[in-house]
Amino acid sequence: MGILTSSIARKVAMALSGLFLVFFLGQHFVINITSVFSPDTFNSWSHFMGTNGLVQGLLQPVLMFGVVFHFVMGFVLELKNRNARAVKYASFKGGVNSSWASRNMIISGLVVLAFLGLHFYDFWIPEMIHKYIETNPEDPTRYFAETVHKFESHVRVIIYVISFVLLALHLWHGFASSFQSIGFNNTYSKALTRFAKFYAIFIPLGFIFIALYHHFNQLLHH
Amino acid sequence: MNLTLKIWRQKDAGSKGQMVDYKVTEISEHMSFLEMMDVLNEQLINSGEEPVAFDHDCREGICGMCSMFINGEAHGPDRGVTTCQLHMRMFKDGNTITIEPFRAKAFPVIKDLVVDRTSFERIQHAGGFISVNTSGNTQDANSIPISKEAADEAMDAATCIGCGACVATCKNSSAMLFVGAKVSQYALLPQGQVEASERVLNMVEQMDKEGFGNCTNTGACEIECPKGISLENIARMNREYLKASL
Amino acid sequence: MSILDSKTPKGPLADKWTKYKNEINLVNPANKRNIDIIVVGTGLAGGSAAATLAELGYNVKAYCYQDSPRRAHSIAAQGGINAAKNYQGDGDSTYRLFYDTVKGGDYRSRESNVYRLAEVSANIIDQCVAQGVPFARDYGGLLDNRSFGGVLVSRTFYAKGQTGQQLLLGAYSAMNRQIARGKIEMFNRHEMLDVVKVDGKARGIITRNLITGEIERHSAHAVVIASGGYGNVYFLSTNAMGSNATAAWKIHKKGAYFANPCYTQIHPTCIPRSGDYQSKLTLMSESLRNDGRIWVPKNMEDVMAIRDGKLKPTQVSEENRDYYLERRYPAFGNLVPRDVASRAAKERCDAGYGVNATGEAVYLDFASAIQRYGKEQVKLHNVANASEEKIIELGAAIVKEKYGNLFQMYEKIVDQDPYKTPMMIYPATHYTMGGVWVDYNLMTTVPGLYCIGEANFSDHGANRLGASALMQGLADGYFVLPYTIGDYLADDIRTGKIATNSSEFEAAEKLVKEKIDFFVNNRGSHSVDYYHKKLGKIMWEKCGMSRNTKGLTEAMAEIKMLREDFWKNVMVPGDAKEMNPELEKAGRVADFLELGELFAKDALDREESCGGHFREESIELDGVQKGEAKRKDDEYAYSAAWEYKGEPGDAVLHKEELEFKDIELKQRSYK
Repeated sequence: MGILTSSIARKVAMALSGLFLVFFLGQHFVINITSVFSPDTFNSWSHFMGTNGLVQGLLQPVLMFGVVFHFVMGFVLELKNRNARAVKYASFKGGVNSSWASRNMIISGLVVLAFLGLHFYDFWIPEMIHKYIETNPEDPTRYFAETVHKFESHVRVIIYVISFVLLALHLWHGFASSFQSIGFNNTYSKALTRFAKFYAIFIPLGFIFIALYHHFNQLLHH
Repeated sequence: MNLTLKIWRQKDAGSKGQMVDYKVTEISEHMSFLEMMDVLNEQLINSGEEPVAFDHDCREGICGMCSMFINGEAHGPDRGVTTCQLHMRMFKDGNTITIEPFRAKAFPVIKDLVVDRTSFERIQHAGGFISVNTSGNTQDANSIPISKEAADEAMDAATCIGCGACVATCKNSSAMLFVGAKVSQYALLPQGQVEASERVLNMVEQMDKEGFGNCTNTGACEIECPKGISLENIARMNREYLKASL
Repeated sequence: MSILDSKTPKGPLADKWTKYKNEINLVNPANKRNIDIIVVGTGLAGGSAAATLAELGYNVKAYCYQDSPRRAHSIAAQGGINAAKNYQGDGDSTYRLFYDTVKGGDYRSRESNVYRLAEVSANIIDQCVAQGVPFARDYGGLLDNRSFGGVLVSRTFYAKGQTGQQLLLGAYSAMNRQIARGKIEMFNRHEMLDVVKVDGKARGIITRNLITGEIERHSAHAVVIASGGYGNVYFLSTNAMGSNATAAWKIHKKGAYFANPCYTQIHPTCIPRSGDYQSKLTLMSESLRNDGRIWVPKNMEDVMAIRDGKLKPTQVSEENRDYYLERRYPAFGNLVPRDVASRAAKERCDAGYGVNATGEAVYLDFASAIQRYGKEQVKLHNVANASEEKIIELGAAIVKEKYGNLFQMYEKIVDQDPYKTPMMIYPATHYTMGGVWVDYNLMTTVPGLYCIGEANFSDHGANRLGASALMQGLADGYFVLPYTIGDYLADDIRTGKIATNSSEFEAAEKLVKEKIDFFVNNRGSHSVDYYHKKLGKIMWEKCGMSRNTKGLTEAMAEIKMLREDFWKNVMVPGDAKEMNPELEKAGRVADFLELGELFAKDALDREESCGGHFREESIELDGVQKGEAKRKDDEYAYSAAWEYKGEPGDAVLHKEELEFKDIELKQRSYK
């Protein structure tokens, strides 16, 4: 971590880890959306991800590190930044020159982090137990049913929806601004920013759609 | 118009300060904000009180000395101006105006609204120059053609007046717009290339030492900057820094 | 003959400087390390001098009252800097720049100094470009030029409307390099309150730390004053609020002669005053006169209608406009020198044609420039059947590129859009050509005490041409003083450190402290600004753009009375041992109250009209020049250097006769 002492190095590290997570999120979405129109595809892709050695042995630890790094660094920077102003303003109008999302990345980030906890509790931990502790035999068709089952509870779906709204806000600022952080600000930036903003809305909205789809589908079939 | 002013008063760096209320009357809308402050001070002097200390000098928006945080914004509600160019027509009769010093750990208060911005000086000492002797025995000025585009962009970066509004307005008290502008000016010109790596590393190192916060790209600095220094300069500094580090 | 020795080297004008540099004494590099130099002020002159002296190896201590050297008021210069580069191939040369400067100064400057200035001007541009100053460039990547009032060639280099800022930041960057190397010790927020002489030589200064209020002693082998001009003697001027004459005045009181105090430049293009609360005036760069046309309405009815808000200036038809500069001076038109343009505006306003509520404003109109540029662009880009709107749009874009920041500044202050309606302008005090008398070495009449930049009486004679102040400041600091000071310091290599515990330092410090104690204990009835405004009113009315014997005599008496009242009834709140802006102002105004009187005395002595000095008793009575200023070369071709004798009114005049060997004295005609 010695190399990450300078402000700009940290900023770049935040941006790169963020970009990596953005990429992962996209990939996650692509798999999840198949659950809406093709349970079989969903099952086979999930099975691949859950059993492939490269994914499990390499990509998964990298992803874990990315998540942990992004939030630890986020905290470190937030503390440093708060410390940079000892006496607070009596009147501070942040709203006139910057977006809520940009000023409150720590809040949206914490919500997303809390959600990740829930998500791990829901999926990842049972999955790990299922695979590596109980060492159950492989069953390439179990994923769809397990996933859909999770969206039965109203409470869980509401939490899910709220979390993704916050994720959208986090991405709304974070995705586009990561290009600025790594020094990419030129004639292509406008188009790139537009894409990032679209992504920031579309992907979380997609996740919300998947959750609601399965939730209401189950209500109808009960 | 008649106004209520809530002003930060602090005797010196070591004392504790607080907001104090004042009233001023018959303020003309054509006055500049600092002329309104002159009226208040004249009133205070005549009633035997100590006037409010504030930094100001050129009063035409170029020296970068004036530095007030007015109603929650650096240099007040107008855009593209310093406090001295802010006019009272931006306010209405009966308004209450909050006036605070630029706040950052790296800008400690000296007295009332006067802050110490020598942290900016030290950043400049670390690399805000091109190492050329002032002998005049340099090559002819036209022997280095510079594209109009690069020259104009360098000029845009160089218009920074070093007032510190970027730091004051940034929720993180980050100085990256200021440093980015200086790094950019030289990075854009061929004359600045020789020392480019060393310059950006040294200036950023000094910036960090001074206790400024980190940039989180909120973009507030660009909007509050009286000279409209672009965020592109921060991106360019990041780029230069990466290039120099790798 | 006068007792003043200008030390001008012998020989042909063009060779003087080169020959002189070859002959003067130098200090070897090893010895420079043992020599300290104090530089007071960090504008273009002081900043560039401090950087260069440090680079040469001297130990420099630099002082400014602002929180950073970068904030010195040179930063506000907008238009540009002259240099005889002849990049445009329009016939410019060192001689022509020299000639224009001497002529523009109405033949009241020292020939040899001006020639040297013209000679080093080209170096300045090379130097600044090497430092990374982003001068404007053309599409071929080469440096661009613009033209300025009073000359017939394009030799002005510029960086948008912020040339002074960019040049100062260049000098500041050179200083930063030396500060980082430890060769300059920088004292921000310090004000010099007196000079200390030991055995007749300047050996140090007394300063006040403006944060703590502490009085400090600083010693050196030589002292350089670069503290700028005294335009704030008028209270309202384009100077910064803190700009002051204290350093220059204090050295005057310690033996440095003060020359031509009455030579003040009133700049023609400033934003008019809007009310009594006004604290300063804002300049609009003279470069605007390149494209703007100056006019007032021909008919009184139109003037009245405009003042009542019933008529807009854009509604006044062409034939009902009086483009008075183009009418009176067809050869130079709107580009006449500053003094001529200022007086012409005053003449029209005095005649009742002023176009704002105070009756003190004329129009500066860009409509025809926008049209002209628009049509040019239409041709350039082959726009077919361009509409009137398209032409205006394209033209406005060009004007925006040239003057965008000035237009924006105007709009912020006046709340009117100068792209749509003409600007209003009026003359305001801007620059002081007078100042501390110096010889060819830039040394004052006190050995070891130097004065550079606007603070000295310099190279501009009775009037300064546009874009030459920046040139002079940098020439003095980068290229002249660093050489000439060596000639004096060569004798000091064995002196060793100057002690600050001598009786001379003690005495000077005691006097400074006594004065400060007086201010904070007086608790009178009027604020410092009250006196400053009163002084300004006297100066503007009686020592302003045109002067006469009666007014000047009255001014002397009134200023003296005002000064006496000041020393009885001034009110300075707060304490001496803390940051106290009112105390700072009190010291400065006390000096202005003395300088103002000498100013009037000097103006009274000079019974001629020349440059920035228009004497109502001295005008041309007939011929084409009827009504124009009348210079009297046979009686007044001298610089008036005043020696302090206890009271400003008792100052003794020493004349430095001005000889012009390479130039024929002519009536300045811009007709």
